[in-house]
Amino acid sequence: MTDTTSNVELSDDTFRRHRLAGYLIAAVGIAALAVAPFLGIYPIFLMKLLCFALFACAFNLMLGYVGLLSFGHAAFFGMAAYVAGHAVKVWELGTVFGIAAGTVTAGVMGLVFGAIAIRQKGIYFAMITLALAQMVFFFCLQAPFTHGEDGIQGIPRGTVFGLIDLRDTLTMYYFVAVIFAAGFFVLYRTVHSPFGQALKGIRENEPRMISLGYPVALLKVLAFTMSAAITGLAGATKAIVFQSATLTDVNWHMSGEVVLMTLIGGMGTILGPVVGAGIVIALQNYLSTIGSWVTVVMGAIFVICVLTFRRGIVGEILARTRR
Amino acid sequence: MQEILGVPAPLLFGQLLIGLINGSFYALLSLGLAVIFGVLNVINFAHGALYMMGAFVAWLLLHHLGIGYWPSLLVAPLIVGVFGIVIERTMLSRLYDLDHLYGLLLTFGLALIIEGTFINFYGVSGQPYAPPEILTGGHNLGFMFLPTYRAWVIVASLLVCVGTWLLVERTRLGAYLRAAVENRELVRAFGINVPLMMTLTYGFAVALAAFAGVLAAPVYTVSPIMGQHLIIVVFAIVVIGGLGSILGSILTGLGIGIVEGLTKTFYPEASSTVVFVIMAIVLILRPNGLFGRPRE
Repeated sequence: MTDTTSNVELSDDTFRRHRLAGYLIAAVGIAALAVAPFLGIYPIFLMKLLCFALFACAFNLMLGYVGLLSFGHAAFFGMAAYVAGHAVKVWELGTVFGIAAGTVTAGVMGLVFGAIAIRQKGIYFAMITLALAQMVFFFCLQAPFTHGEDGIQGIPRGTVFGLIDLRDTLTMYYFVAVIFAAGFFVLYRTVHSPFGQALKGIRENEPRMISLGYPVALLKVLAFTMSAAITGLAGATKAIVFQSATLTDVNWHMSGEVVLMTLIGGMGTILGPVVGAGIVIALQNYLSTIGSWVTVVMGAIFVICVLTFRRGIVGEILARTRR
Repeated sequence: MQEILGVPAPLLFGQLLIGLINGSFYALLSLGLAVIFGVLNVINFAHGALYMMGAFVAWLLLHHLGIGYWPSLLVAPLIVGVFGIVIERTMLSRLYDLDHLYGLLLTFGLALIIEGTFINFYGVSGQPYAPPEILTGGHNLGFMFLPTYRAWVIVASLLVCVGTWLLVERTRLGAYLRAAVENRELVRAFGINVPLMMTLTYGFAVALAAFAGVLAAPVYTVSPIMGQHLIIVVFAIVVIGGLGSILGSILTGLGIGIVEGLTKTFYPEASSTVVFVIMAIVLILRPNGLFGRPRE
């Protein structure tokens, strides 16, 4: 998988080799997804990992490829979880339509937030998305359908169109794996499309893109909407997996966690967020015995990453192999 | 009982007073953020945690060393300010040449470390901190009851805000600071130790946050999470006011406090979101904030 920063034209030969490497990595990835539950890893842990990996990849579309740090992505993640949970449990729409409802809600929210925040750059953008997300948090705290502090509990996993029963954990895992693969593929294709190239152009030099006649604001809002929608897909799926949607999903700490995942793995790389999500989720899982020291460990990792390790793990590997 | 717009007068004035007090804390914190941003170009995500630290240091001084409120009002900001200076020297100063985002991310990590550590030792339930003898009690103003301590909070924070504003706008030191914001290299060429100035600025603004924390200790309970919600409201205030302006952050801070108080009286459900709604409206109408100048 090629990284983004070089705009050097590839010769036919290297292009073919890159493409081959891409297929190879995709094949390995699909094989890994397929056999993972048989390697003695707890399936619930794997599903959690996939949901957060998709969340981080969607978030990275903004941070890594447009250069905009959104500190409010928890709003999309959590709200989609609530909507999916409510749609499946109360409206009995079925699992697939529930997840779709969550995804669409997050996309619409992304469109509105994007339209408000997109005129600002850098830290202003971060602060505005954070404040808007906090508004969503208080809405979720007070709205009747979210059940305040309790959240929505006991969401049925249901079936896929009445054909596939998701109550079986292994079946559920493959359902989640397919959703992850689909979301990841969409993001991968987006990044490597002309649209994705335009986004990278905005990241590198926005005035140049404006003078070249690109509708920069529109492109940014589109990217933000898409990032929000896929974040929603991840959140809705998470609600089905864990059969609950709670305030933790919309809390701004969740936004911080996804930033950390992307930073550790490597922003602006396609696989970085997946690796980062794996590390953060594993740390939380295995360090859960030390109680709230986990927060301190997370904070320390943040500080270390920013001070010494800004490219992240995947970014660092790519930088070394390219040399 | 006298009523104003269908609300009993004491209730209305009571909420306005609470709003004014919250506004005082908002003003002190957003002022510190504005100063740090102006000189260091860093959004200090740890500001809320440092405010909490100020309150906790005052509480620790009282419980372990028997040092009371008045000395704490000076000592706690000093201790936290020195802590801030260490942070600036060892970490923040390495990031000035990079994208602003890294400063935000670093201070976010620091906030997690500081808050997490205090939560581990003291839990999230909170500790009471009594106001000093002389500031207990209150006055009956006829239309409402005014607790003395709360009046003192408003007066003290206003004095500090105005003092800081005068320092930055009316003194030679302030002129250097403002010049350094415009062109760091030029000010350095005049023989001024810019890195030292930046370090001291961060220390001073952090001390301001800690001062607000000590002031807040007798009003709220002293808890490791007391800064968490506050910092996001303060971010919204900074966006509403326009980041460049010190006066803007003071006025917006007080104003938002009052608006919150009024909302609590007339439509309580919206009181915690009204700040963010105002922020969205202001951004649509004036993208640079109420007092901000256009940015590059």
